[in-house]
Amino acid sequence: MADKIYRVNLNDMSYKIEDVPQEWAGLGGRALTSTIVAKEVDPECHPLGPNNKMVFAPGLLSGTTAANSGRNSLGAKSPLTGGIKESNVGGTSAGIFAKLGVKALIIEGIPKDDSTFYHIHVTKEHIEINPVPELVGKDNYAVLDAMMEKYNKKVAVMSIGRPGEMKMLVSNVSVKDPKGKLRSHGRGGLGAVMGSKKIKCITVDAQNYKEVSYADKEKFKEANKIFTKALQENPISGEGLPAFGTNVLVNIINEAGGLPSRNFRSGNSENAEAICGETMAEKIKERGGSTTHGCHAGCVIQCSQTYNDEEGKYLTSGFEYEMIWAFGANLGINDLDQIAKIDALMDDLGLDAIEMGCTLALAVDAKILEYGDGKEAYRLLKDELANGTPIGRILGSGTGTLGKIYGLVRVPVVKNQAIPAYEPRAIKGQGITYVTTPMGADHTAGYAVATNILNSGGYIDPLKKEGQIELSRNLQIASAAVDSTGMCIFVAFPALDDPKCLPALIDMINARFGTNLTADDVTNLGKKILKTEREFNLKAGLTNADDRIPEFMKYEPLPPHNVVWDFTNEEIDSFWNF
Amino acid sequence: MPKVTIKLFAQYREGRFKVAQKEYKDGTTTKDVIEELGVAEKLPLGVLMVNSRHVDENYVLKEGDTVALFPKVGGG
Repeated sequence: MADKIYRVNLNDMSYKIEDVPQEWAGLGGRALTSTIVAKEVDPECHPLGPNNKMVFAPGLLSGTTAANSGRNSLGAKSPLTGGIKESNVGGTSAGIFAKLGVKALIIEGIPKDDSTFYHIHVTKEHIEINPVPELVGKDNYAVLDAMMEKYNKKVAVMSIGRPGEMKMLVSNVSVKDPKGKLRSHGRGGLGAVMGSKKIKCITVDAQNYKEVSYADKEKFKEANKIFTKALQENPISGEGLPAFGTNVLVNIINEAGGLPSRNFRSGNSENAEAICGETMAEKIKERGGSTTHGCHAGCVIQCSQTYNDEEGKYLTSGFEYEMIWAFGANLGINDLDQIAKIDALMDDLGLDAIEMGCTLALAVDAKILEYGDGKEAYRLLKDELANGTPIGRILGSGTGTLGKIYGLVRVPVVKNQAIPAYEPRAIKGQGITYVTTPMGADHTAGYAVATNILNSGGYIDPLKKEGQIELSRNLQIASAAVDSTGMCIFVAFPALDDPKCLPALIDMINARFGTNLTADDVTNLGKKILKTEREFNLKAGLTNADDRIPEFMKYEPLPPHNVVWDFTNEEIDSFWNF
Repeated sequence: MPKVTIKLFAQYREGRFKVAQKEYKDGTTTKDVIEELGVAEKLPLGVLMVNSRHVDENYVLKEGDTVALFPKVGGG
């Protein structure tokens, strides 16, 4: 049966199940969310007002047997950046949406009765919208438990915690993963958009529909075999990621002098060995956790993990490099267990780990806490932020706003979004991605670290400007396309080095839909997505002057290489010459 | 006879060491070090840095160098 567009209008609490317009038929994931947001959302609207929309869309291959195809995209105008946002997540939602035939779920308007929060339940034939006063003031795990019980575990669950209810810019939208833990649409303050619409949670029926259709199932199987083999035989996706998780990066980024430490004051952290992936893997083994765990069904990389405390009791899972960097190197906490406790708390509250870690590291400059004080960081989140006290609200507004309130100059944001775990001065290709992506500082938009540091897709010297703009452009075009397939971004590693990988991915799309896409078509799709997003941002009032690195990085040399950001505005703006 | 620091990472540490000080003959290259340690026998070399900069395997060791050896790693 053909996929449909499911549309909820909160202004009058109605819904429609619509045919997919022809121009959206070949789109999925980010391509679809960005196309719909660009078409239907007024770029000048207030992101927390009635005219913003939330658009969920599974990738083109989500719900199929394709390895690593379980990413779901969420798009909206971001209250953090003021521009378009797409944030994708693992978990169970993409596959369940796709199997139900939901091409996209669009949520528009704001309920007239805003005295409570609501629960949206999506089934094949209809959508229910019900008030859930009993869940107001609860955090993600309480909501998840309630929904698991209500539907006997046969649902996808997307929810917000108290920070989302309070429309904090650090809040995310959390999604149930296969083990009943949480993953997040992390960046851009999308939890605040959900909070503004008074939606506490969204559930999607997983009981009644369990198959997607294939135009040519045999061809699909064949291509999937080649694709899976490429993922498993690649030394990064097949060996390094399962053994050490994404946190294997701490040591190599530190060694290269690009690990932002103490609010971007150095590219080296004295805590690297204490918090690195090798140390984490040792602790996991000693304590009976697990180094391998997939964030979605069908993942063959298994980069995630289960991390226990010294007594062998569960502490957290999905313990990722970005989070560990933000609290370990940037905020200076040298105790992995303490960082794990903060990670678990942030999952429950629904906080963007990068934005939150950078905000707390900047809060040291504001004299709110001290470097390395993990207990105080935990208290600030649990007692102040989650309860919406004045200091909690300030911290919940993110790095850029905290900087303004305290008159700080060294504020590491692009388009008001905090810079992730790679120093743009010392990994210049990544810096080009931060300034040019329509998303605000986002490492996944074009992961130039691969070629600047990891020798994937060749090597371009991270400290030199030469070749970086072209590198970032090519990676951003490819990433935009990959983000539309539902594929995990880590397929990029085999894709960069194994010539069999991308053709197999395209063959799977063709075998599912009966299309004849070529590699050029996929590249053109990536270009079109980027241009659509860029155009939205320009209409929203962003300009080339927003495609810039924080000024202090231009005059403050970063140890150990003592490098500054030295791209001219003309060089940066030439990114868009395609 | 340059004295250098060798750092190993990820799987290269297994059965070896994290960090060691070593003394080599004049003219020793990083390739010689990699062969002596046997790190690349099971998992090919991913990244080689000397003093936090990527170098190729023909780099000739100098007094006080820090050599860092990684198999292919990635994440993000």
